[in-house]
Amino acid sequence: MHHIISIGDFDRNGIDRLLDHAGQIDRKKYDSNALGGKILAVLFFEPSTRTRLSFESAIARLGGTSLSVGSVEACSMAKGETLADTVRVVSGYADAIVIRHPKEGAARLAAEFSTVPVINAGDGAGQHPSQTLLDLYTIRQSMPIDNIDIALIGDLRYGRTAHSLASALSLYNARLHTISPKGLELPATLSEQLTEKGMEIIEHDSISDIIREVDVLYVTRIQRERFPDSASYFNVASSYRITPELLADAKKHLIVLHPLPRVDEIDPRVDSLPHARYFEQSRNGVPVRMAMLMQVMQ
Amino acid sequence: MKNSESAENEGLLVRRIKNGTVIDHIDSGEALNVVKILGITGTTQEALSIATNVQSRNMGKKDIVKLTNRELSKEEVDRIALISPRATINIIRNYKVFEKKGVEIPTLIEGLVRCPNPGCISNTHEPIRSKFRVLPNGLHCIYCDWVITRDITSHII
Repeated sequence: MHHIISIGDFDRNGIDRLLDHAGQIDRKKYDSNALGGKILAVLFFEPSTRTRLSFESAIARLGGTSLSVGSVEACSMAKGETLADTVRVVSGYADAIVIRHPKEGAARLAAEFSTVPVINAGDGAGQHPSQTLLDLYTIRQSMPIDNIDIALIGDLRYGRTAHSLASALSLYNARLHTISPKGLELPATLSEQLTEKGMEIIEHDSISDIIREVDVLYVTRIQRERFPDSASYFNVASSYRITPELLADAKKHLIVLHPLPRVDEIDPRVDSLPHARYFEQSRNGVPVRMAMLMQVMQ
Repeated sequence: MKNSESAENEGLLVRRIKNGTVIDHIDSGEALNVVKILGITGTTQEALSIATNVQSRNMGKKDIVKLTNRELSKEEVDRIALISPRATINIIRNYKVFEKKGVEIPTLIEGLVRCPNPGCISNTHEPIRSKFRVLPNGLHCIYCDWVITRDITSHII
């Protein structure tokens, strides 16, 4: 039985194969009844729009159907049931489970107790492999991933998408530039792991320092609740904002990615520039997740 | 039993045992943690002797633990390697060393160490035991990827 819990479960070939398959799906080269008669259980214990809807869209486009509980309050977890029991029960109703949970390691636990494949759709500050795969897919649409210079911007301490993407990019000899507010830097343990794998990581104070050098800007949301008051949040957030003026100095082929939702990180005027790829990135969630579902459910 | 005899020669009350296990060459000061790791505190009905800071020709100082009427399995004693990799295990039968072995660092340890990450699923009421992969740089939680790099004993459950 094949689960997808962490991007670390993939080697370079595994990622490339899955992205190739997503590319075929994107070109409409797939059987729209490939998962006909199959049921996907969507167990989301945290709010989600894009991830949840794109998984539901993915299973529907492959001829399958999905089951879900409306909210945490509406399911038996609210009565104190363990996740282990919930997963045991639900795996009797479906052919695969996609799970999002606030606790780190929840998807790994689910895989231990499930009798059907489990896909991690985000566990606390931990892993979010489907987001990473669609991030890589979006980069690959514009340029080869190998040897890129990528800037990770924003909350790099708690942002699971940045962690997973950085880990995956270590397989592609990418050079990592990090720009984050004080206290929200990339965790030291992760930096050490990546450096041991041979990845070059360079910290910068401001985006303008490196805007001419990088191929990809990966922007993440700085959460307001990490700051003591609104004034200090706005003060920090404004210095990490992507604007058309900033991008005037960028390489022509530079792309701007964001896992969304964005709040203040990207000026809406950037949306119409050729650099902006975040909505395309979000759309790419469907073919990438279709490829993931086919990998575990067929 | 030559090494433990040296302890007795110093006048410590660590007598030879008829049957059981002698854990020798424990890093000085770690004997109580060894006992904690083995889960033989308080609850055991058998005689348990602990000698600490015993003179050792090779180690300078060492600790020794003797447990009567119980032969520890390899899985049990290998956990000791996490805090005292030079420890040796002597299985004693009728006052004689029946078997002598070293400890090997296990690749996976279960239910021994609590994950320090408060957000880890292993720190909830789920019916699981903590699981750590033993890597060169420390203990790696298989659930949340947290790495314990130092002071492992303070995380022992």
